[in-house]
Amino acid sequence: MPEDCIYIARSSAIAARALAGEMMVMNSADSTFFTLNQVATAIFQAADGHTPLREIVRNQICEQFDVDPEQALADAEQFVADLSAHGILLVSNQPLAAETPR
Amino acid sequence: MAAGRQAACVEIGGIPIALSTNDESFLDLLRQRYNGFLSSSLPEFELEFDLTRAGIVSDDDIQVRREGGVWLIERGDFHARWDPVTGRGTVRQNANPYSLDSVLRILHSLILAERGGFLLHAASAICDGRAYLFSGVSGAGKTTTTRLAPADITLLTDEISYLRPNVDGYSAFGTPFAGELAKSGENCFAPVSALFFLEKGPENRVDELTSTEAVRRLMRNILFFAEDRSLVEKLLATACDFVAKVPIRRLTFYPDERVWDEIRNFQGVPEHA
Repeated sequence: MPEDCIYIARSSAIAARALAGEMMVMNSADSTFFTLNQVATAIFQAADGHTPLREIVRNQICEQFDVDPEQALADAEQFVADLSAHGILLVSNQPLAAETPR
Repeated sequence: MAAGRQAACVEIGGIPIALSTNDESFLDLLRQRYNGFLSSSLPEFELEFDLTRAGIVSDDDIQVRREGGVWLIERGDFHARWDPVTGRGTVRQNANPYSLDSVLRILHSLILAERGGFLLHAASAICDGRAYLFSGVSGAGKTTTTRLAPADITLLTDEISYLRPNVDGYSAFGTPFAGELAKSGENCFAPVSALFFLEKGPENRVDELTSTEAVRRLMRNILFFAEDRSLVEKLLATACDFVAKVPIRRLTFYPDERVWDEIRNFQGVPEHA
């Protein structure tokens, strides 16, 4: 496993609901609210704690959307960093326990 | 209820709550404050008030959390405990009516969340037998809209709207929680016809909102204080249900009485009904 492998899991403090093809996510700790686009939703739903982000991007994003793999990974890392800063996603270089429903 | 206590039953949104105290002047205060919402119904819930001399109205953040099965509701000027299973709670606060309002609003928000309803930072009024809600950022025109209402409009609130599900949509109830208008709403209810997010502009105009934008705006204006994932999940589900059943629009309006012609003429259908 590469050293820079990133694992992501959904926080246990959030509520999420899909509507009209978008995912709405609310952090119960501070009531911040996010609407995720289709690509972000695919990453969010695949955040099971044990699938590396690189694999999620390759299998979920590059397969579903016409995007450059390296650019997609860079965008995904930025997205994960943003949601992690808001307590929506947990990030680790070790596998994590998945915490919330999809 | 403990010996020596007297109670007034205050029924907001069809939910009667007995407020008991052994302080006669506080009892008078709450009877005056909630005059129009006093009820002879059998209370569903009871709050016992124990008054303290300490504390003033506080700017501290409200903390609402669950310990065991009991809700703890705290701010600098009050401490409350409420057990949703027994329906009983206690409140320690001074005799400040604003603290009393805050405790009641939080309690109702918790009760409503479990029942598929919510409190919304919005004015509301009944026009031709149907309720219309007006929400938006501070200064968007909630109070202005209610001030411009013709004489046949019934004001439900200029500040906090009370919403509960009914068989085919939602009903809006009057509340005693007043804003700038400093006037209690009427104690009545009606099925909701529309929710407008207000913006002032050079002319009157109604625009559609996408369902996700409607949910986003709705969630931003729902009064909810508990850091509790299961209730937040219910609230998000309720917001999605509300958006599916109630037309939600952006109402840009020029602040004169013609805005009510726009409201009367509005016949919308929910985007995702």
